[in-house]
Amino acid sequence: MEKFTVHTGTAVPLRRSDVDTDQIIPARFCVSSSRSGHAASLFADWREDPEFVLNRPAHRGATVLVAGNDFGTGSSREYAVWALQDYGFKAVIAPRYGDIFRGNSLLNGLLTVVVPEEVVERLWQLVEADPAVEVVVDLERLEVRCAGLVQPFALDEDVRARLLAGHDTISATLQYEDEIAAYERGRRPALPTTL
Amino acid sequence: MGSTLAQKVWDAHVVRHGGSGEDLLYVDLQLLHEVNTPQAFDALRAAGRTVRRPGLTLGTEDHNTPTLALDRIIADPAGRRQAQLMRENCAQFGIPLHRLGDPGQGIVHVIGPELGLVRPGMTIVCCDSHTTTLGAFGALAFGIGASQVEHVLATQTLGMRPLKNMVVDIPGRLPEGVTAKDLVLALIARIGTAGGQGHIVEYRGEAVDALSMEARMTLCNMTVEAGSRAGMIAPDETTFAYLAQRPGMPQGAAWEAEVAYWRSLRSDDDAVFDRSVTLDASTLSPYVSWGTNPAQAVPLDGRVPAPGDFAGEAERAAAERALSYMDLRPGTAMRDVAVDAVFLGSCTNGRIEDLRAAADVLRGRRVADGLHMMIVPGSARVRRQAVDEGLDRVFAEAGADFRAGAGCSMCAALNEDRLRPGQRAASTNNRNFEGRQGKGSRTHIVSPPVAAATAVAGRLAAPADL
Ligand code: SF4
Repeated sequence: MEKFTVHTGTAVPLRRSDVDTDQIIPARFCVSSSRSGHAASLFADWREDPEFVLNRPAHRGATVLVAGNDFGTGSSREYAVWALQDYGFKAVIAPRYGDIFRGNSLLNGLLTVVVPEEVVERLWQLVEADPAVEVVVDLERLEVRCAGLVQPFALDEDVRARLLAGHDTISATLQYEDEIAAYERGRRPALPTTL
Repeated sequence: MGSTLAQKVWDAHVVRHGGSGEDLLYVDLQLLHEVNTPQAFDALRAAGRTVRRPGLTLGTEDHNTPTLALDRIIADPAGRRQAQLMRENCAQFGIPLHRLGDPGQGIVHVIGPELGLVRPGMTIVCCDSHTTTLGAFGALAFGIGASQVEHVLATQTLGMRPLKNMVVDIPGRLPEGVTAKDLVLALIARIGTAGGQGHIVEYRGEAVDALSMEARMTLCNMTVEAGSRAGMIAPDETTFAYLAQRPGMPQGAAWEAEVAYWRSLRSDDDAVFDRSVTLDASTLSPYVSWGTNPAQAVPLDGRVPAPGDFAGEAERAAAERALSYMDLRPGTAMRDVAVDAVFLGSCTNGRIEDLRAAADVLRGRRVADGLHMMIVPGSARVRRQAVDEGLDRVFAEAGADFRAGAGCSMCAALNEDRLRPGQRAASTNNRNFEGRQGKGSRTHIVSPPVAAATAVAGRLAAPADL
């Protein structure tokens, strides 16, 4: 996983709430077997509308998505995260997320930042007024900055440390192999097996 | 201070406490399907890792599988490739797999309980958000993403931050004709799509006690639509009776010991919940969704709301978008909404009781002219039982299309079964998102009896209307 420290980029204001993962990437595109190649499927149905915000030339190359409440609800498809990353997004800023999506994003190094609704509204206004305005997502200082606005955000310390270092969780867990084995020896023998 | 049911199951699975961070939990069972897993296996291979406990893992094919005939190959080459990879991956790592055509094949959340693999007090994960279904047994069951699938394959554990506890008390009895589906739709309409976010929800009360295991699965299935990670019901005599009929159960003294342990799995009287909601079951009636998220639902007796009925600006905007997508006018009586298709199936309502409930309505009646009613069994076992009970004949005589293959079918529209753009369906599935049942499709979530009555009436209807 790539490290995430401080990211600076332009943003897309997605003025919608309850954006479920079926909208982020419709199910019919979740048939590939790889983690990449999903950029064209991102918001595929909405992008058919030429007026959809992602289609506006001013937002080409944007790397930060600013969305409304409850972004990424619904299906657990990690394709939603891969499509966002593949398109070029490094961070999402929203007031609240679907839990599974949020977990998936942080495991893939897509930083999902939580800020209050009024701050999202302020960011939307700033980006709509000037699509070229830079948004800084600073994981070291736990801050979002944009045109004089400085907004702190919170992230669990272990998740932050992992993202800063770009570490993979499996190797971390495998350090506790002895504890896993000890737990296994104590499992109730009546528990079912599939073999 | 006592513990909740969820805390008891959680505590019994902690391999390592994470202090203020994530606990490392042991996973008793991981279920897999073909869609969200190829990347996990690839990453596992790339890192030179292996599957720690293939015997605590089970795969099935469900999302892409065709339903018209069992020997039909998957039409879409990408879907076919996913099924092929699933077979190769399971073979390489020694994971048992139920392929299309196997008697044990079906929707991942339907087959686990059928096979007796889902029991009280277990931790269960699957690459699918509706894994919440399995909490009906008093198991702690989560949907996870592909990266977490890889983690569980490699370590049989999952890092999880402790979740909050919420209780939904449901006193009273559901009136005649009102199902668990209506109950959960009413609940989500009340608390919203984020009402249970960050929580494990426990359902309890007279109405829950009276539900069959299958109805409890329907209730827990849609818990995720309220944003919760898991839904749970404490095991009771209904649970034990269901389990006693399943294959592979311990016998004799070992069974008695299990039941004794399972009985301890309930929230203590002095357990503290972070949030509590009470919903009186006796006040409920059939519910239907009108919008594009499951919280946008009203009683069938109600009308399509207007954006101005909603409090917040975001809710008003969402309602406006939903009305336009669904092509509905505020004030329209829900019963006046005509549909093109009816879909009975999915992990929410694709079990035998759901098929029986639909057959009871369809017996001696005909599906409305020009309307397509598709019935897809949740598993091969469900289909076999339906045939044994003669339900297939009832469906055929009514003019409904009872499919040969089991799977997700039109719930996610990944196989060939999908609505055309602009088509409107009454569906027993769990999601009415834009495009969920095919690009441009319009979905009204309903219970099985309402689905069957709607198929006969041609518009949203309850059996009592016929
Ligand atoms: S039936 Fe629908 S909700 Fe259930 S697992 Fe399949 S696609 Fe998902």
